[in-house]
Amino acid sequence: MSSAVEIQDVSKRFHLYLEKYSSLKERLLHLGHIPYEEFWALRNVSAEIRPGSTVGILGPNGSGKSTLLKCIAGILQPTSGQVVVRGKVAAMLELGAGFSADLSGRDNIFLNGSLLGMSRREISRRFKEIVEFAELEHFIDNQVKYYSSGMIVRLGFSIAVSMDPDVLLVDEVLSVGDERFQQKCLERVKLFQEDGRTIIVVSHSSDMLRAICDEILVFDTGRLVAFAPPGEAIRVFKEGLLALDSAAAPDAAVPVSAAPDSATPARPQVEITGVTVDHPGIGERPYLITGEPLTIRVDYLVTSAVDSAQFAIEVLSDRHQTLFATKSSGADEAMMLAPGAGSVTFCFDSLPLLDGRFTVNLGVRDAGGVVIGLAEPACEFEVMNPTRATGVVSLPMRVEVVVPGAPRHANL
Amino acid sequence: MREVWVAMGTVSEADVPAVAGRPSRQWSFVPRGGRSDGGGELTARIVSSRVSLRNRLRELWHARELFVFLVRKDLKVKYKNSFLGFLWSMLNPAFVLLVYYVVFKYFLKNPTPSFALYLFAGLVVWNLFQTATTGSASVIVANAGIVKKVAFPREILALSQVGTASVFFFFQALVLILFLVGFQYSPAWGYLPIALFSLVDLIVFSAALAIFLSAVNVYFRDVEHLILVLLNAWFWGVPIIYSYNLVYGLFARHHLVWLARLYLANPVTTFVLAFQRAIYGKVFVHITGNSHYPVLANYPYHFYVELLAGQLGAAILLLFGAMLVFGRISGNFAEEL
Repeated sequence: MSSAVEIQDVSKRFHLYLEKYSSLKERLLHLGHIPYEEFWALRNVSAEIRPGSTVGILGPNGSGKSTLLKCIAGILQPTSGQVVVRGKVAAMLELGAGFSADLSGRDNIFLNGSLLGMSRREISRRFKEIVEFAELEHFIDNQVKYYSSGMIVRLGFSIAVSMDPDVLLVDEVLSVGDERFQQKCLERVKLFQEDGRTIIVVSHSSDMLRAICDEILVFDTGRLVAFAPPGEAIRVFKEGLLALDSAAAPDAAVPVSAAPDSATPARPQVEITGVTVDHPGIGERPYLITGEPLTIRVDYLVTSAVDSAQFAIEVLSDRHQTLFATKSSGADEAMMLAPGAGSVTFCFDSLPLLDGRFTVNLGVRDAGGVVIGLAEPACEFEVMNPTRATGVVSLPMRVEVVVPGAPRHANL
Repeated sequence: MREVWVAMGTVSEADVPAVAGRPSRQWSFVPRGGRSDGGGELTARIVSSRVSLRNRLRELWHARELFVFLVRKDLKVKYKNSFLGFLWSMLNPAFVLLVYYVVFKYFLKNPTPSFALYLFAGLVVWNLFQTATTGSASVIVANAGIVKKVAFPREILALSQVGTASVFFFFQALVLILFLVGFQYSPAWGYLPIALFSLVDLIVFSAALAIFLSAVNVYFRDVEHLILVLLNAWFWGVPIIYSYNLVYGLFARHHLVWLARLYLANPVTTFVLAFQRAIYGKVFVHITGNSHYPVLANYPYHFYVELLAGQLGAAILLLFGAMLVFGRISGNFAEEL
């Protein structure tokens, strides 16, 4: 079986000119020593993309995602290696690129379609469909300069999908236009999928890629670091991000120990001396997988005796939204704390959180509600979600489907 | 969030049966049975740093309709929202012609008879050349938006400028014909094939230059300005206003015939001469009695044919050379712009 797109040892080097000399005088003055830095946007990337599959390209900014897409589209030529593409390619890198503001929508359809490689006959044949899909029936003879940006995008998308491509390249464009049109676009993409066409999508949104892709290519500084099914690929991607974060700010690595100085309690009678996070993957990976148990152990030191104390825990999402907050004891019974060291352990038997980085705050209060010990944040943990579900919480669920004919059950 | 939600619906695993209630597809996809095992019927395209000249030419040929659309866009956009519109493409050369005519005929006493026609025959050729080269020098930079975002053979942008210039030439030539008819002036009919031949030469030569200039201008933005200066000098190096024999006589008097040959090596000169020979047609003009004023070179028919054939060969070589240069550096256009 031949692949739809073969990426063969592709490297792409850019020259980043420290100063851009593009006039003859400047070039002559700096002849031979125009200062530039080499920058490898892609390094020895090889991959084969099966016909009919939907493949995502994921990676942080500047990791080479768009460069690869442009190489597949033929807009950029690789410095070494080659890309073999079988069949007609439609690249949606920027919708409406190449529209001429002074021409009417009608003229632009022909010009743009032709630019994308359609023949005049093809365009004529599909003209009505293009206009209908873009919902521009009444404006098609108006100059494009009077179009709203939404109209331009609609027309651009409509032309691109009408060219009946074997390989569709999409760069972040599905998130444009109003919601209703977005949905229409996605339905069109779905038709492409059902029709066995190959789709390559670049996106920052790992959630979207998780939902629509069969496989994902993960890039990091120009290198292909994973080519795997979504769950696995997104895990690799997020691991990379974590590594990046911890390299940038080593203090942020889990577990955070000692009480931070941010909010000092009025009367710090209990000092939190250490926080330990434990989960089955500890030591091997810096994250847990949805559904794994999580244990947070808090060591504390009581400096002066407390009559009644309560431990409180709070779990926050990366958007600082409290997901869960509770106290150490179900009833409001208080503990007596004598001076000395002690510990309290919070156990989650099965953590129902999906992707994200979560923060844990800890506090100790006395009977009057006065904070007498605080760690904010106490620790952080990262969760990876191997499934196709998106959102924040993995709600336990059972699905029962009744299809016409025999009843059928499926569990999710 | 909704986007994701909808997106999730798009896959929902392969076991989802084709939904019966789906509204009939408005989109007429060509059904593709067994495309997964195929590949044989699909043409493979290779993107790499080296594209052979043959492939480039083939891609250009496939984009010929795009060429037409680009020329049409150029013509439509150029005079959009101007009151006289397309007339400007003729008014501008007409005024140039008028100015030269008045200055050289009345101020400088040029004795060439039917001087307006003589000027006209040379100017139409020059206008084509000038419009094509100035337009194409900046065309890639001006179209950075599509060069960076859409894959198509970029040479077509430069060629479309030559196409636009040719359309203008066509209309100016129509006016020239009206002139001839109006003044009941008879061209040298026998030499008309030479005029057509020179036109072909001119277009190939302009295309070569257009492709070269458009590519180089991406790296040296001076080119689009430099070409204006050069064209100014070039114009006076071509016998459009003065006569070729004036120059030839000058060289001959100083025994510098080789310089005259060099002067003829300027391709635009040849094209202009051939055009003048066919349209204007007067080699010698009797002024008074026996004294006659030589206007055009007294070269025989076959001389023109040979000269033009040689220059067509050279122009084709130049065109290939320009395409090679273009091919070498066009891979970086998207990053340089």
